[in-house]
Amino acid sequence: MTDFPPIDLDLPKGARVVVAMSGGVDSSVTAALVQQAGYETIGVTLRLYDDNGAPKRAGACCGGDDARDARAVADKLGIAHYVLDWASQFRANVIDDFVNEYAAGRTPIPCVRCNQRVKFADLLDSARDLGAAALATGHYARRTIESDGVALRRGREVARDQSYFLFATTKAQLDFLRFPLGDWPKDKVREAAAAFGLSVAGKPDSQDICFVPDGRYAELVKKLRPEAAKPGEIVHVDGRALGTHDGVIGFTVGQRRGLKIAGDEPLYVVALDAAAQRVVVGPRAALGRDQVLMRETNWLAVPDAARDVEVKLRSAQPPTAARVRAADLLTGNAEIELAMPVEGVAPGQACVVYDGDRVLGGGWIETTRRSAFSREVATVSRLENAQT
Amino acid sequence: MKTNGAAAFPTPPNNAVRVAEPIYLDWNATAPLKQAAREAMRAALDDVGNASSPHGPGRRARRRVEDARAILARQLNIDPTRIVFTSGATEANTTALTGAHVLASAIEHPSVAVWAKSKIPVDARGLIDLDALDRMLGDDPLLSIVAVMAVNNETGVIQPIGEVADIVHRHGRRLHVDAVQAAGRLDLAPIAAVANTMSLSAHKLGGPQGIGALLLTDDLCATPLLRGGSQERRRRAGTENVAAIAGFGAAAAELQHDRATDVASLRDALEAGLKARADDLVIYGEGAPRVGNTSCFGAPDLPAETVLMALDLEQIAVSSGSACSSGAVEPSPVLLAMGVDPTAARTAIRVSMGPTSTRADIDRLLSAWGSLYDRRRRRAA
Repeated sequence: MTDFPPIDLDLPKGARVVVAMSGGVDSSVTAALVQQAGYETIGVTLRLYDDNGAPKRAGACCGGDDARDARAVADKLGIAHYVLDWASQFRANVIDDFVNEYAAGRTPIPCVRCNQRVKFADLLDSARDLGAAALATGHYARRTIESDGVALRRGREVARDQSYFLFATTKAQLDFLRFPLGDWPKDKVREAAAAFGLSVAGKPDSQDICFVPDGRYAELVKKLRPEAAKPGEIVHVDGRALGTHDGVIGFTVGQRRGLKIAGDEPLYVVALDAAAQRVVVGPRAALGRDQVLMRETNWLAVPDAARDVEVKLRSAQPPTAARVRAADLLTGNAEIELAMPVEGVAPGQACVVYDGDRVLGGGWIETTRRSAFSREVATVSRLENAQT
Repeated sequence: MKTNGAAAFPTPPNNAVRVAEPIYLDWNATAPLKQAAREAMRAALDDVGNASSPHGPGRRARRRVEDARAILARQLNIDPTRIVFTSGATEANTTALTGAHVLASAIEHPSVAVWAKSKIPVDARGLIDLDALDRMLGDDPLLSIVAVMAVNNETGVIQPIGEVADIVHRHGRRLHVDAVQAAGRLDLAPIAAVANTMSLSAHKLGGPQGIGALLLTDDLCATPLLRGGSQERRRRAGTENVAAIAGFGAAAAELQHDRATDVASLRDALEAGLKARADDLVIYGEGAPRVGNTSCFGAPDLPAETVLMALDLEQIAVSSGSACSSGAVEPSPVLLAMGVDPTAARTAIRVSMGPTSTRADIDRLLSAWGSLYDRRRRRAA
């Protein structure tokens, strides 16, 4: 018992709780823990895309095999379980957005859209309609109650933290949500899965974006938006035309690999101009950005311009010291100033603002800039590069 | 990995304990097995014998099969030799329609719809357009079989089979009637009298799953799907499913009793109760003649899948559209054919009752549905 303390969801004894079960080990253990804690547990699995005929692959979620896995776990636990076929909603709210973003030269995060527009929207509404007191998910994030209301915090295990993907969660949604695994290390989750006798205990973690087989995003974009694959020019930041490319959808800001251009210095994608079908490249020093404009921001705490905060600009990057320079709560736009220039800040990714381990809010990166200060730094780093 | 990990977890509390008895209101998907059918099947299962064997055990098996055929023939008022036992109505439909140029109504079961070369439209009430049928037969000389179901599985709407048969036969074509949902709800004899082929399924009338029948007016009606044996007068090879056939017969023997049981008043109480709780309730097929056991309804913005889950959590089993399309929440083709908008069609719930359904079942359904409807209203407000 000391190894696996019973969870407390801060709900009345026996309350009805819907668990979003993807068929993976995390949400399966979540369901087991919710049930063990004495809540009336209802598993719901969303079928989000049609994988009929697709080869079975390890490391994705929410296709047909995963629905079967989730059902097997629910049967093992003896809880009610439903599979909802929401492929059309998912297509309209997540896949189309993903494709449009890529076609516009941005680097989207469909998992955020899925949380925002499917799981914490329609699924949360369904849970309320079913008379549930909460919707629990297997996300590695924590939900705490503070003096100013409900708060979202990083998962305890930094390497597993998924709070970045939850930035768009509103306070009203967060009130209804529970993340029982937020304090758990991953290896303990697998241990619990085995101890509960769940068949998914050894199932690999999901890695890819679930609906893109083999991570070939460009192929999917080309299929759904053939016009987005127009060839265009590769241009150096100093204005030189360096060659041509097969379409901006194949590129991501910050990327070096795949740029087949002869030259002395290694070149990186600095910007994508989808309207002009232009890929702008430059030396590593040209990647640094210290001003970020975001749109569609969601604030869980009122941003304070005088306060030192940290931001994450990619899910796998460590946070950077920053300040929220301006936040327009009406338009949802906000401006972030980074203490140091950061490389590879890609429009379309999320900029998530943290105070310690607490998520203050975040938004989608619309544009990035370099201040005069950072140009000096860039110069310095180029000199450093030249010396090495 | 802990090896004694299980000890760290107490046995999960059984928090699924419920006082309420389960309520079954999905009879059009499958009906509970009748006691008489269970007894007939048990007797057959406890015996031995292949109905094709000439010895005593074989003769007993043959007797069970022929007794069942005779019961069915009496119900249909036809000669027993015209009945072919099949694995179910899907096989019966397939046998009747394979290879033919089929004109089917737009609201047929998928096992019929799959053979349709063209479809007869239905009106907003769910009744087929007889003028269109007449016109389509005149326009296309290649059409050989017209398929019209007697009773729709989703709405309970009764098609005018007599009038359909007049038109079809006037054009010199054959009529296939899927009468699966009519059994126990309508007198089957008048349908059998005008249909060239007709299909039935045992489990919709209180018999077991996996057995059905095809009624043929003559042996030219259909090409056998299974060949190589002399069973069923060479119209369906393979050892007879004796126990299932015996159960089918025993269940069919009670069809008059089923028809005499008043379920329509329960259906009417249900619909009145729903309307009293929801002023925006829509009942599909309400304007057409319907069998008494089926109600198909929906309230705007209350998705069928939510209703299904909420009722299931209250131990009440109903259906969204036909059982085949539940799971995937595609709007029902039957409702779409009636001109129902796809968004509204996604809200449609089918409640189907049987002779043992009670007023208490309906009251609990109304109470559970009403709470869900009110929660949804409050949330949307």
